[in-house]
Amino acid sequence: MAAGLKLKQVKKAYGSVQVLHGIDLDIKSGEFVVFVGPSGCGKSTLLRLIAGLEDITEGTLEIGGTVVNTLPPSKRGIAMVFQSYALYPHMTVYENMAFGLKLAKALPGEQDKRVREAAEMLQITPYLDRLPKQLSGGQRQRVAIGRAIVRDPKVFLFDEPLSNLDAALRVATRLEIAKLHERMADTTMIYVTHDQVEAMTLADRIVVLNYGVVEQVGTPMELYHTPDNLFVARFIGSPAMNIVSATITSAGAPATVQPDTGNPVTVNADVAATYLDAKATFGVRPEDLTPTDGPGLFTGTVSIVEKLGEVTLVYLDTGLPDPITVKIDGDVDIAKGARLSVTAPADRLHLFDENGVAFPRMRLSRAAE
Amino acid sequence: MASTQSTIRIVPTGHAKRARSELMRQRLRAAGWFLVPMLVALAIVAGWPLLRTIYFSFTNASLTNLYGAELIGFKNYLNWTVLKSGRVIWSGLLADPVWWNAVWNTVRFSVISVTLETILGTVVALVLNAEFKGRGIVRAAILIPWAIPTIVSARMWGWMLNDQFGIINDVLLMFGLIDHKIAWTASSDTAMIAVLIVDVWKTTPFMALLILAGLQMVPRDIYEAAAIDGVHPVKTFWRVTLPLVRPALMVAVIFRLLDAMRIFDLIYVLTPNSSQTKTISVLARENLIDFDKFAYGSAQSTMLFLIIALMTILYIWLGKVRFDGGDR
Repeated sequence: MAAGLKLKQVKKAYGSVQVLHGIDLDIKSGEFVVFVGPSGCGKSTLLRLIAGLEDITEGTLEIGGTVVNTLPPSKRGIAMVFQSYALYPHMTVYENMAFGLKLAKALPGEQDKRVREAAEMLQITPYLDRLPKQLSGGQRQRVAIGRAIVRDPKVFLFDEPLSNLDAALRVATRLEIAKLHERMADTTMIYVTHDQVEAMTLADRIVVLNYGVVEQVGTPMELYHTPDNLFVARFIGSPAMNIVSATITSAGAPATVQPDTGNPVTVNADVAATYLDAKATFGVRPEDLTPTDGPGLFTGTVSIVEKLGEVTLVYLDTGLPDPITVKIDGDVDIAKGARLSVTAPADRLHLFDENGVAFPRMRLSRAAE
Repeated sequence: MASTQSTIRIVPTGHAKRARSELMRQRLRAAGWFLVPMLVALAIVAGWPLLRTIYFSFTNASLTNLYGAELIGFKNYLNWTVLKSGRVIWSGLLADPVWWNAVWNTVRFSVISVTLETILGTVVALVLNAEFKGRGIVRAAILIPWAIPTIVSARMWGWMLNDQFGIINDVLLMFGLIDHKIAWTASSDTAMIAVLIVDVWKTTPFMALLILAGLQMVPRDIYEAAAIDGVHPVKTFWRVTLPLVRPALMVAVIFRLLDAMRIFDLIYVLTPNSSQTKTISVLARENLIDFDKFAYGSAQSTMLFLIIALMTILYIWLGKVRFDGGDR
């Protein structure tokens, strides 16, 4: 019953507005893939194309080895959980879950068994006779998931399923979905979100989309440690990576760059000789920076201190256009206005060329692509 | 999730309670002042005429003697005289065959026209709810019949249905659907049909608009969920769309029913003096003005009011209609 998906040059246009510019993706059977990106990047549209709720303008979509471009949603072996749950408001929980089966003329016994199994799995058995309006948001979400499970899909689609829940419930439901994936290990799951925490925690692989283009596909740790480009580097991680523009002063591996202000920096990247004197940007994550007594990577005045208990965020004014964010573990006593130097290990620095494309890293091999 | 529901209740202190009730009083006072102008206006234009009509229905008033009228009890409604021979002669509204004919015409007209308008209105609303080019223009255009004053459209249709010069007879003859010209508005067989045609033409847009408003409240993703569930579009309409627009539909039907029960202008202009189409309102006006039986006409108006009130109460009660946007 498992099925992989293959997208070849999938494009979508509304009239003259091109929304997706040729997406190539290969999703393995049983994989949990998360589409992530800022709003308007086309991630929901891509999901709706896979579901069959929108027509594919160009390209092919295969589910389980069959081209399904022209198949209606119900024939694609998919189930979908909507952001707004999309429950039928006039039907009870039981009827909501059984509706599709009933109209597909499933045997009443089989119907009942599947609904009750799904309800048991999601712990909504006590609510089977209630109407959606009598349920809380979290319960409605479970019903929506239950309705999808009952369809026994090959591919499970989630369209921002947690965005209507409050923060605590979101974490709890996130764990439930992770458990669900474990239990339905051979069901392929595709999950759309704009929340990078959901993406990082749930995904086997993440697809980062921006302006209808795939920026990078990889495991959460690949995206975190070796982002392909500036967009992914900034999108993954919170607070976002510090980005400083610089000039390449010595090519080779490692290379040396001269930031707009401050000392030359050695970066563990492999830079071809043709890039000598070229403009570049180097980036470093706030959590990779640590205070130092010596001459560090950056030196500046502390402009803002945010204490979150588990971490302290320090914003350094170094004379660059943007302040440098430093993330220090625990509750650290740093006064506003103090001078502070911070440094980072060379292998934690990221170097990007003028177009924002990452230079290859020296030691960390770019695994599995 | 039930366990996470908090049961904390904030008990207001004496001071807080007093402050809140003072705030409440202020709000009630403000609400009262906002309501006064409307209540006054309603009392003048609706309450007073209604009470006067009910009063006149219990008198022997005539157009020439409105203020010297005397109370005669229920005699306008039902009265009997015992003749010397022992025969009892019933008189009054409830014993008047002309009245019952008007009641029958009114009910027949209301039920048939509202049924047709509901079905056609739903169809039109479904079309207008779909996305297509020029939808805005079509939505506006479809309202034109509703926007034309009834007198004008009744006259217009009167000419179109005319037996000598009417375009409708012409077209039907041309296509061979009829073999001789029909006097649509004058013939006793077709007078009611003519009235129904014009009323359906005129009022379907109104119905469609009300139903369209209900359709637009149905979220799009419910249809998408149905598509993924593999529900056939026709079944989606009956099992999903219709139950969800039912509240809006019920309200629309009430509005139309109330309107249809008191139909006057269209029939008065299109088919004057036809006993096939004479409704309660037309009959009441005839008695009030033409026949100088002011009290009798008042009694008929009062009865119409009672019938409409009763039907509305029944309909709301049976249909569990809610005016606050449905049962979702």
